[in-house]
Amino acid sequence: MNDVRLLTGGEAVAHAMRQVDPDVVPVYPITPQTPIIQTFAKFVADGRAHTEIVNVESEHSAMSAAIGAALAGGRTMTATSSQGLALMAEIVYIAASMRAPIVMALGNRALSGPINIHCDHSDSMLIRDSGVVQLFAENAQEAYDLMVMAPRIAEDARVLLPVLVCLDGFTITHSAEPVSLLPDDDVARFVGPYHVPNDVLDTTRPTTQGPFAMPDYYFELRRQQAAALEAALDVLEEVASDFGQQSGRRHGALESYKLDGATRAIVALGSTAGTVKDVVDELRDEHEPVGLLKLVSFRPFPGRAVAAALASCARVAVLDRADSPGGTPPLHAELAAALYGGDVELAGHVYGLGGRDLHPPDVREVFAGTAAPHIGLRGERCLV
Amino acid sequence: MSRLKTIVRNQHGVQPLRGGHSLCQGCGIPMVVRTVLSTIRQPVVVVNATGCLEVATTRYPTTAWNVPWLHVAFENAAAVASGVVSAQRALRRRHALPADEDVTVVVFAGDGGTYDIGLQALSGALERGHRFLFVCYDNEAYMNTGVQRSGATPFGASTTTSPAGLESFGKAQRRKDMTAVAVAHHVPYVAQAAATHWHDLSVKVERAVAVDGPAFLNVLTDCPVGWGHEPQFSRHIIDAAVETCFWPLYEVVDGRYRLTYLPRRTRVEEWLGSQQRFAHLFRPENAGLVRLIQEQIDADWAALRARCDEELA
Repeated sequence: MNDVRLLTGGEAVAHAMRQVDPDVVPVYPITPQTPIIQTFAKFVADGRAHTEIVNVESEHSAMSAAIGAALAGGRTMTATSSQGLALMAEIVYIAASMRAPIVMALGNRALSGPINIHCDHSDSMLIRDSGVVQLFAENAQEAYDLMVMAPRIAEDARVLLPVLVCLDGFTITHSAEPVSLLPDDDVARFVGPYHVPNDVLDTTRPTTQGPFAMPDYYFELRRQQAAALEAALDVLEEVASDFGQQSGRRHGALESYKLDGATRAIVALGSTAGTVKDVVDELRDEHEPVGLLKLVSFRPFPGRAVAAALASCARVAVLDRADSPGGTPPLHAELAAALYGGDVELAGHVYGLGGRDLHPPDVREVFAGTAAPHIGLRGERCLV
Repeated sequence: MSRLKTIVRNQHGVQPLRGGHSLCQGCGIPMVVRTVLSTIRQPVVVVNATGCLEVATTRYPTTAWNVPWLHVAFENAAAVASGVVSAQRALRRRHALPADEDVTVVVFAGDGGTYDIGLQALSGALERGHRFLFVCYDNEAYMNTGVQRSGATPFGASTTTSPAGLESFGKAQRRKDMTAVAVAHHVPYVAQAAATHWHDLSVKVERAVAVDGPAFLNVLTDCPVGWGHEPQFSRHIIDAAVETCFWPLYEVVDGRYRLTYLPRRTRVEEWLGSQQRFAHLFRPENAGLVRLIQEQIDADWAALRARCDEELA
């Protein structure tokens, strides 16, 4: 019953895809996402999934084919990273606008340049305002779990939007951990059959999809789309509860870790939450009132829940794994808005760009209030 | 039943593309769309690249389409079609769609969405071998944005980004041979056609949708605004492109070339002289250019004849 295997995050995501058994998966390779599509392609080659794999010639075409397939009545999944997401960004916006419930794994990787293959969240933040759901996994298990939950969120009639399951490149995609898989039948029952309200292949009831909208309608259509993304917060909690019943693991929009009575907290996304949890445990043993707020859902952003979770904190430090040159980094800006008007001291730190590690002593410094704005950044003297 | 009767009969019920759209007077695009869709007997799904056809037929909340119609962006119509066709295959295999239900996926894209920005997605889709028909309505420039030069714009044509002037004779490069590019993908059916040769176009559509794989049709059509002619002369001008051998009509079936119409081989001036975009070529200082264009056409025609396996009766 409890099928625990040693899997990398990439393999765990591919297993979730095998169990969901989507109709169409357009694939295009890019590090560090590639293990996902090649593991899944082998499942299909061995008859363990029954999917039309479309070997597209670019990520731009991957998302384009995904829209065509999803609107033609096929459950559709894909995966990408970094430059791949940047290339398909135009079509990610349109996928949200066309309300195509595509599920995509994103192996988070720094954007060029300089070209780099390691983790940061600049790729996710590039499409922050595209209108898609973005859920961040802390480890391989969560990547698997979120990937099983994602179709239910994407395809809910109140949502009908693409859902991205974000997993840190290499740290999660390539690191092997024990992962507990649900039975295949349970996943099939959990996701249920795929249904789009306006099937493009329905020639008896022809629809015009992707029309031209001028100033007289564009604003209303955009507002409908934004409202659907806001509604995804409730849907996420419902699906999280169902999934929790099935698996014993519940992943809502955020996870409060030892925030009870905490006066100092860190807010973070992704695998860094695991490092912070270790430091929180150490500091709690030392009777320091510290805690972690891990955000699973970055879009939609659960602003009210974030403020409520941090109510006891006098100091909050935000860890951003992406910068916003000339402005405020994305997560920091969200926290500033969510906590506005409260009596809290907010600090922002940019860390880990291009895959630079964040070490437990760095996290201690953040809690102590002595960390630099750019954690781990060396001086200019290191450059040739 | 004659082909004309068949087309009229097919249009008699619910027209796939009805009136009320805002395409210009004299625009050949609706002629191409109606000839193509009225020839296909089975249900169709239309995938449209961004361009005149998309903008003029689907201003929300109205539509001129009575068949399923899907538009995503400018450069990706062939990739979108790949997704539709793949979903159809997957659903058929899962018995979620009847095995005998044959829905034909037809892409319409202009020359920008085919020769230039759409080339990569088209190349990928042709190479992967999806069963779909890609129809390029080729009016030789970016007309929707106001007549800018494309890879399909012919040598010597004046456009807003290759304007003729005191030191320019218009576009200084030859057009891309997109039909040959499609042939190089080893797809089962490729043809070159013209909007006004509706019988020839209709026969080609029938052959194109019968093959098990991708088919590509490159259809020349006019743009009164971009070419600079009065709307009532569209037919005359497109015919001139064919009769002068500027735009020969032929098909390539499994790599074998065949002419489908034997043109009169009139002088190229008949084609160039009919449009404002070539008017500057008739200035005395440009006389050599008209000769050069005629030589290019003659050489291309000879090369095409040499590739054709059988002589046209």
